[in-house]
Amino acid sequence: MNFSSKLLENAVNEFSRLPGVGQKTALRLVLHLLNQQANDVMRFSDALTKLKSEICYCSVCHNISDEAICEICSAPKRDKGLICVVEDTRDVMAIENTNQFNGVYHVLGGLISPMDGVGPSDLSIESLVSRLRESEVHEVILALSATMEGDTTIFYLYKKLKDFNIQVSTIARGIAFGGELEYVDEVTLGRSIATRVPYERSIA
Amino acid sequence: MWVKELTVINFKNYEEASLIFAPGVNAFTGDNGAGKTNILDALHYLSLCKSYFNPIDSQQIKQQTDFFMVQGVFEKGDQEDILACSLKRNQKKQFKKNKKDYQRLADHIGAYPLVMISPNDSVIISEGSEERRKFIDNVISQTDNRYLDDLILYNKYLQRRNSLLKQQASSKIYDDDLLSVYDEQLAQVGEQLFEKRKLFIQPFIRIFNQHYQYLTNDAEPVELNYESQLFGNSLMDLLSRAIQKDRALERTTVGIHKDDLLFSIHGMPLKKFGSQGQQKSFLIALKLAQYTFLCEKKGFKPLLLLDDIFDKLDDKRTRKLMEMVSHDDFGQIFITDTSAERVQSTFRGIDVDVRIFTVSSGKINAV
Repeated sequence: MNFSSKLLENAVNEFSRLPGVGQKTALRLVLHLLNQQANDVMRFSDALTKLKSEICYCSVCHNISDEAICEICSAPKRDKGLICVVEDTRDVMAIENTNQFNGVYHVLGGLISPMDGVGPSDLSIESLVSRLRESEVHEVILALSATMEGDTTIFYLYKKLKDFNIQVSTIARGIAFGGELEYVDEVTLGRSIATRVPYERSIA
Repeated sequence: MWVKELTVINFKNYEEASLIFAPGVNAFTGDNGAGKTNILDALHYLSLCKSYFNPIDSQQIKQQTDFFMVQGVFEKGDQEDILACSLKRNQKKQFKKNKKDYQRLADHIGAYPLVMISPNDSVIISEGSEERRKFIDNVISQTDNRYLDDLILYNKYLQRRNSLLKQQASSKIYDDDLLSVYDEQLAQVGEQLFEKRKLFIQPFIRIFNQHYQYLTNDAEPVELNYESQLFGNSLMDLLSRAIQKDRALERTTVGIHKDDLLFSIHGMPLKKFGSQGQQKSFLIALKLAQYTFLCEKKGFKPLLLLDDIFDKLDDKRTRKLMEMVSHDDFGQIFITDTSAERVQSTFRGIDVDVRIFTVSSGKINAV
């Protein structure tokens, strides 16, 4: 791409480094910003600079937060004895949106994947262990993706946690709501049958 | 099961050809490079969705054209099915049964089984153990669709364990807990696959011995054995015992990915002590055993493709082979050879319906 201005080229290059953004999309975004009022653009760039400089990670659960301890960890209504272990902030948001969970979280910051060079020491596993040692926790829920990396991480965590006198559970895997049995893949359906649950009125 | 008709368009050296087959023996004769084997490969396409010889689909298209199509009419039981495979350059391969697309090609594999015997098979003897494992895996996965899934899973765990070993070697930080997680996952699938291989190999060796003895008139004692580190050891124990070695070599040195088939003749390795003819006889017995195994598991007869079969075999063994395959146990057979006379003389006195086709530079005529 040939640019008429060095400044334009710089801006486009920076935008195209974002995930899912190519050169053409970057150019469109940059030209759009250029057409905006100066103070609108300032607000935009301020938001980004502030995001990077002022954001904190909760010292308890490692979730993204404005304070040293995040809102969920500091909320008195939350059950501190129930910890849900998730991969990243997006999973916290997803579970929060269900309104089904009243415990606290622990964000690992990734999954164990030797292929990508991510080992247990790159994740916040030690702090989870010390959290269990220091406070009264009765259950840990491992809510990780149903992938090979997720399974490995669950298995590894289970080995680390099994010596504590704590219930370790994983989220259920199976048929999605509104899903018809005949269209479910064999692996999922097989697991659903093998790990079936007793029927209760409250299931649906 | 048998093939009634085959039509190819722009496939390898054929511009267009339509053939009507006999339910018994079909022989293709012609000079070198005429395209005899290409007909067999077209049948292979319809059965297993790929070429037997060349993994690159686009290279099967006739030069200067931009698509190929192979279509066959298969009769299985009382039912007639039209299978078609076509490929346009730079597009995805299309595979249709009775004009409907398959959702997964894997669903087709094994439904219209076929066994191909070709001079290329010699790699099973001459090359490393990978070829022999590929042979076992190929036979088992045609009769057990869970097997292939498990094998893929095993290889994924193996890949991860190996890259963990590499990583630990370069960082000098050894995390036994994580390694043991992979050990347990690997051992669980590995043991399952080992059980399936064991279960398969027992009847397979029995069938193989029968075929070899018949083919050669008991001329020489041969043996086929399955070798695995897992005999008498659990994979979990093997992994924990091999930990020092694995760390030093930065890869997993034990497991079912080290399994092998041992071929021997007069108690010595076939690769070094068998003649070319003996090796060929061994391979043919191996493939015929695959045929019989598939036939028993599927409950109907697969197709048998014999490519350049008279090469390297003496007349006695050739005749034995032809008597054997013309027998009721085998269904429809396709043969290629350079000489029509040889095919005719071989089948003289054997009571079977033989149809001979002559092939020359992409044209086929029934004799």
